Amino acid sequence: MLEIKNLHAGIEGNEILKGIDLKVNAGEVHAIMGPNGSGKSTLAQVLAGREGYVVTEGEVTYNGKNLLDLATEDRAREGVFLAFQYPVEIPGVSNTNLLKTALNEIRKYRGEEELDTMEFLSLIKEKMKLVELDQKFLSRSVNEGFSGGEKKRNEIFQMAVLQPKLAILDETDSGLDIDALKIVANGVNKLRSKDNATILVTHYQRLLNYIVPDFVHVLYNGKIVKSGGKELAFKLEELGYDWVKNGKSEEVVNH
Amino acid sequence: MSSTEVSKIEELANKEYKYGFVTDIETDSLPKGLNEDIIRQLSVKKNEPEFMLEWRLKAYRHWLTMKEPHWANVQYSPVNYQDLSYYSAPKKKPTLKSLDEVDPELLEVYKKLGISLDEQKRLTGVAVDAVFDSVSVATTFKDKLNEMGIIFCSFSDAVQNHQELVKKYLGSVVPYTDNFYAALNSAVFSDGSFAYIPKGVRCPMELSTYFRINAANTGQFERTLIVADEGSYVSYLEGCTAPIRDENQLHAAVVELITLDNAQIKYSTVQNWYPGDKEGKGGIYNFVTKRGACRGVNSKISWTQVETGSAITWKYPSCILQGDNSIGEFYSVALTNNRQQADTGTKMIHLGKNTRSTIISKGISAGRSQNSYRGLVKIAKKAENARNFSQCDSLLLGDKCGAHTFPYLEINNPGAKVEHEATTSKIGEDQIFYLNQRGISTEEAIGLIVNGYCKEVFAELPMEFAVEATKLLSVSLEGSVG
Ligand SMILES: Nc1ncnc2c1ncn2[C@@H]1O[C@H](COP(=O)(O)OP(=O)(O)OP(=O)(O)O)[C@@H](O)[C@H]1O
Ligand SMILES: [Mg+2]
Repeated sequence: MLEIKNLHAGIEGNEILKGIDLKVNAGEVHAIMGPNGSGKSTLAQVLAGREGYVVTEGEVTYNGKNLLDLATEDRAREGVFLAFQYPVEIPGVSNTNLLKTALNEIRKYRGEEELDTMEFLSLIKEKMKLVELDQKFLSRSVNEGFSGGEKKRNEIFQMAVLQPKLAILDETDSGLDIDALKIVANGVNKLRSKDNATILVTHYQRLLNYIVPDFVHVLYNGKIVKSGGKELAFKLEELGYDWVKNGKSEEVVNH
Repeated sequence: MSSTEVSKIEELANKEYKYGFVTDIETDSLPKGLNEDIIRQLSVKKNEPEFMLEWRLKAYRHWLTMKEPHWANVQYSPVNYQDLSYYSAPKKKPTLKSLDEVDPELLEVYKKLGISLDEQKRLTGVAVDAVFDSVSVATTFKDKLNEMGIIFCSFSDAVQNHQELVKKYLGSVVPYTDNFYAALNSAVFSDGSFAYIPKGVRCPMELSTYFRINAANTGQFERTLIVADEGSYVSYLEGCTAPIRDENQLHAAVVELITLDNAQIKYSTVQNWYPGDKEGKGGIYNFVTKRGACRGVNSKISWTQVETGSAITWKYPSCILQGDNSIGEFYSVALTNNRQQADTGTKMIHLGKNTRSTIISKGISAGRSQNSYRGLVKIAKKAENARNFSQCDSLLLGDKCGAHTFPYLEINNPGAKVEHEATTSKIGEDQIFYLNQRGISTEEAIGLIVNGYCKEVFAELPMEFAVEATKLLSVSLEGSVG
């Protein structure tokens, strides 16, 4: 589904990603961990197509297409979804309005009929249940005045409605209380299928108890320095990032 | 619109003028120029009573002593008042045979606004064979209004049939001495609308010029007078959301509203006149004096405007809060794009006790446009316990446009409470990215954000108007991105 080869990217002349290689197949969940500032959000934003980030080297193929050639909105319409680490507030625009516009744009792009109001409402009712989101959030302005946790839950709600093929969740677990974490994880799990894939950016092994990843990668200083199965996350939790830094990881593993 | 299209329209306009001049049958025009003689002839043509002529002449003589004002934050080339024709009603627009002859760009806009084919024809001046539905609708409406004693007619009709009311209220809110354009309008106004709501009557439908077919082409000096008698209520809609190509460059209208005890007028405008092309060529100069007087106790006047058209907009719908406990409201969205200029706002004059006013102004500037809010809140000495709340927000799209705020306060009563909030913001790149990431194009994203920003004002518009205004904003913003 997604293949990243030797990706170098930066912003304002600073190289942040320094040669990323990553392959994600349909049906897989990949967790990306790594210390603050290592480039996790940058990777997410580059994949989503944020303006200002410049790719200097490498390529990204998504379902056979050159992802980097697609406009931001077309990437979304092709099924790439980013749950933001810091969801943006849009005053005066209701959650419903945003979702209806987004969904219909995506459907139009795919040559599908627009949903009428009734169909749309029954869809969002169903998805609201999935993330146990209260009705009142539908008419409120997008993220405006939402608590940190509510914003994150709203991202997953949007994801549920838009049904992406490739979901990138940037620290969706930070700021969630235990119950919310379970609800969000549960939502993500229910949306998992053999046809879609998820990239989870997280700092905490805790999330991976609920959403069990197929692979865990450690991003450090703009590079993936270690990859493994879900047990890698436990090791990180136990030993911290020091053992993956400076190529010392092998030593530690051999202890 | 390209320059060849502009010259085409000019050509058509000139052609028509020539016809009016040489054909004997069409005696309904006066030569260009302005003097007392022209005004007398105009009054005769309209078969006006003596008092009307006197009033026009007084206004004209006063106008001669006045200078064209230049204090607004707008720039334009001078208007030659002797080069205008002051009576050409009923002015025929150049009649086209089919929509194929109409500027395709304009039709594209109509399509986006979802305007029906018949309506497109009416707006562009294409001859229509079939009788409009709206004609019969209008008649039905009129019967119903008559039953309730509501008068709703053209200003000319009112001068003929309701002289006493006109005499009593005309110029009582905006005297002909008020300003240069009001004086000019008073001297030469051709027609407009008149409404009177009798005591205790709640007008059961929104009154709209749209339904008053006979005054469809009231020209550049329009006059509106609405009187709400004690305990009555009316909601009035002015204009229409479709852009109107009009060869009159200067529009100097006057609107007067009067509410007596416990009465309420809600006046909504959506103005989308031709703004000129991208380089600022052509377009309407919209210099309007709109003012309401809350004469009675507990009365209320509420102005809501969505201004997206015209090359230059210069207007300040205002409220004079005379009656104790009276309320004035002003809700405004003014959007400027390309080379448009708008200087708009309101005046809230508190005279009575416990008077309250609210001002919500949302300015949006794009392209190379200039958008100014200018507002006065005046609390008279005797206006005990007056309250005002003002919120003036400016939104900038791009960095070549300008937003300006000029709030003036004159507080002469120490018990007054006046609050003013102002913000200036830019559409955030992060907001656009967020919406892009949800599959929404940048153009549509800006439309959503801008409409969200205007929500408080749109909430004040009657339902159908609000829907159209939403579409209109998006259409007006087209090409402002990237
Ligand atoms: N506009 C910018 N100019 C310069 N450096 C930037 C810019 N934006 C981000 N960076 C830097 O790029 C690096 C990677 O940032 P990024 O947000 O990708 O980290 P992260 O791995 O997501 O960290 P966290 O775990 O704290 O979310 C950081 O050192 C950051 O300071
Ligand atoms: Mg991050």
